[in-house]
Amino acid sequence: MNTVKKSLPDDSAPTGQGATRSGSLSLGNSLVQYAGLLGVLALLVTAFSFSSDHFFQTSTIISIANQIPDLTLIAVGMTLVLIVGGIDLSVGSVLALSSAVLGVLMVDHGWSLWAAIPCCVLTGAACGLVSGTISIGAGIPSFIVTLGMLEIARGATKVITDSQTKYIGSAVEPIGEPISTIMVSPAFLLAILAVIAGQFLLSRTVFGRYCIAIGTNAEAVRMSGIRSRPYSIAVFVISGGLCGLAGLTQTSRLSTADPNAAIGIELAAIAACVIGGTSLMGGRGNVINSFLGVLIIAVLQTGLAQLGVSDANKQIITGTVIVVAVLLDAIRGHWEKKHAV
Amino acid sequence: MLHRCVKPSPEIAVTNHLATLLTETSLTATPNPLNAPLLQTAGLTKRYGNVTVLDDVAFELRSGEIHALIGANGAGKSTLCKIISGLTQSSAGTMKMRQHPYRPAGKLDAEAVGVQIVQQELNQISTMSVAENLFLGRLPHKLGFVRRRELARRSRVALDRFGLHDIHIDTPLSSLGVGHQQMVEIAAAIDRDCRVLILDEPTAALTAGETSTLFQWLAELRDRGVGIIYISHRLDEITSISNRVTVLRDGKWVCTESTRDLDADRMVDLMSGDDPGSSTQHLHQSFVQPDIALRVSGYSRSPVVNDVSFHVHHGERLGIAGLVGSGRTELLRLLFGADPSDSGSLSLGKDGAKQSFSHPSQAVKAGLAMVTEDRKQNGLLMSQSIRVNTSLSAMQTSFSAAGLIRRSAENAAAREQSDSMETRCNSIEQTVATLSGGNQQKVAIAKWLIRDSDVYFFDEPTRGIDVAARRRIYRLFDALAQSGKAIVIVSSDVEELFETCDRIAVMSAGRIVKTFARGEWTHDAVMQAAFSGYVDHKFASQDAGAATEATL
Repeated sequence: MNTVKKSLPDDSAPTGQGATRSGSLSLGNSLVQYAGLLGVLALLVTAFSFSSDHFFQTSTIISIANQIPDLTLIAVGMTLVLIVGGIDLSVGSVLALSSAVLGVLMVDHGWSLWAAIPCCVLTGAACGLVSGTISIGAGIPSFIVTLGMLEIARGATKVITDSQTKYIGSAVEPIGEPISTIMVSPAFLLAILAVIAGQFLLSRTVFGRYCIAIGTNAEAVRMSGIRSRPYSIAVFVISGGLCGLAGLTQTSRLSTADPNAAIGIELAAIAACVIGGTSLMGGRGNVINSFLGVLIIAVLQTGLAQLGVSDANKQIITGTVIVVAVLLDAIRGHWEKKHAV
Repeated sequence: MLHRCVKPSPEIAVTNHLATLLTETSLTATPNPLNAPLLQTAGLTKRYGNVTVLDDVAFELRSGEIHALIGANGAGKSTLCKIISGLTQSSAGTMKMRQHPYRPAGKLDAEAVGVQIVQQELNQISTMSVAENLFLGRLPHKLGFVRRRELARRSRVALDRFGLHDIHIDTPLSSLGVGHQQMVEIAAAIDRDCRVLILDEPTAALTAGETSTLFQWLAELRDRGVGIIYISHRLDEITSISNRVTVLRDGKWVCTESTRDLDADRMVDLMSGDDPGSSTQHLHQSFVQPDIALRVSGYSRSPVVNDVSFHVHHGERLGIAGLVGSGRTELLRLLFGADPSDSGSLSLGKDGAKQSFSHPSQAVKAGLAMVTEDRKQNGLLMSQSIRVNTSLSAMQTSFSAAGLIRRSAENAAAREQSDSMETRCNSIEQTVATLSGGNQQKVAIAKWLIRDSDVYFFDEPTRGIDVAARRRIYRLFDALAQSGKAIVIVSSDVEELFETCDRIAVMSAGRIVKTFARGEWTHDAVMQAAFSGYVDHKFASQDAGAATEATL
């Protein structure tokens, strides 16, 4: 889904104040670009700390840290896919399929965890390769192709598990359990590593630069003498591989491979990206901001749960936060355009 | 004067038939001096910013005449028609419709008094059926439901009236050929209450047969008292169908004459104007080297580019002139591998191998660079910074190591380009969308300067930019030529080519029809050549084989 962006009609425009937002892509370029989201996060934490005695406690923080690896890994991949102008709706199903592969290999075939992990990740990457190749190769919107993959992968999951939950048990648990000295799990560290690697890829490598360029204006990239298709496809492969890793972290947290796992997680991942300011039209996004988006969603969920808010109201509030975040981003965009010209 | 345009070729029955038909048409086309003025404009002016595209134009259309509107690119023909049909509003001046003041605020206002326009670009919804397109915006309905039977009946009548019996009203428009789509659009316009009909290059996509059918309709409409404004580059058509001709040049009215008093040569003269003031040539220095940098042979892409061959030397600036639609941009895109070509090959350097490109990446690797016509559409990443845009084409070759971006090298190079092009900006981190048009163009050019290429294509390099930026770009051409680069410049501004180029090739109807060396060209001769492919074009293409033989 490579969209040619509409641009500003400003032929007679005088040189205006520059918006350097899109230029500042380097890691830790400045804290300014993260300030908005960090502010929102701080606000949420403060609000919950005042309204609940249990919120501002180590146990809460550890609990959140151990909840978020799955969503974080998926949001990293989703950010990259959105940046090239695509979307990946199949992430939840691909996560479940990877998890099922892990479960079947370990339970039914007695593989060790370390032998099964590569297969788990490769399963996800293969799904991404198929979606990406069909979508980019044939020029079909990735929305449609990954919608198909969403069904296919979920169906395949049920076929290989016989629709049964595979209980793996202690063999897989160490990944998800906090390491006593640092109090966070290997899964959490893996997620953080993915965020850092993702942002590095995006801001420091030619690959990342091309992804941003392709999402901004694929035709201009082509006319610059760059073959864009391999890059776009690679992004889908990365997203798939990260789904595989998320399958691993979720399996380890639950000790089981559940064929019905992660239904609807694609929406949470897209929400996190959008809260983090990633454009659904492509060309703009930041992995660290998406991670902050994940944190905001997680804090909101945990905080509201502690306050005893019902599931129904939690949904309403979460939805409102997403819409408000996008609204603020849109207003900022309009403001920038107006003041740029 | 008709013989100038219609060469009777007895071998071809179609040609003969058409010739007879056109002769008859023009015989019946006696202008009736008693016909009342239908539409008059006075002092009509249109400005965009401080650019005046239409300047104090007085124009009169009578009922029952076909009034041709001619002029070079940018003469203001389309603008005048847009104002008349309410698509845009004049900056100054008045219009009268049958003696009543007339100032349409939009297309609907114009249609309400019977002004219909058929533009060059099709204004249809291709996924909808022929019938729905015919009645777009005025579908027969009852209680909000479309009256299908009524629609079918009236569509059939509208099509049959124009002999379009073989078009089925329920087929989606997209399944028709471009010619038929155009016919449907014209039929839709005529089927409405139509007092003034404006046709902007209606025959561009039509075959000879369709053209003759169209001319029959037009004659019929004229005889019913409709006033028709007819824009075309095809002077043969104008000679045969129109009663009067109005010539515009640089947005100004030049003259209105009876078609009988003009021939094709005279029309070209009037459109180009012998402008003695244009000899304010800047000192032109030649850097042409003996070695050939690019040799192009036999490039074709039906129907826009037809067997084009040319060469450029190192240090040479070759201009490509021609009317809009003559295939200039398409030619560059073929050479650059942006569009697939039917045939043709090129070679780079003194004795480079013959090759052709299927993707711009191959062209760029081989040493070509192309500054595209539409910088927003396919030249720049508008929402990205000057730095990101500037380094894009050379990212892999100059600014990376092992896949990692060398930011300091990138920054330095982008800053250097920005400085040397005198790009007005706050910093290289400024988003290009916030730059003025001229400065955007400088970035679009800098993006290729940063990469060392051998041959540079510039497509309309100075369109819509200010004089200072234009000067800077001309100096750049000099500098590139001096350093031995070959440059190909496509421009609709002939003066620009006169000022900058060592040689000018003129394209007309997809072919290079003439090449002028510096000193050989005149405004008149270039215009003559630019129109040459369109005079007799319809008839010549019927018998391309015989024509080729004749030239041999």
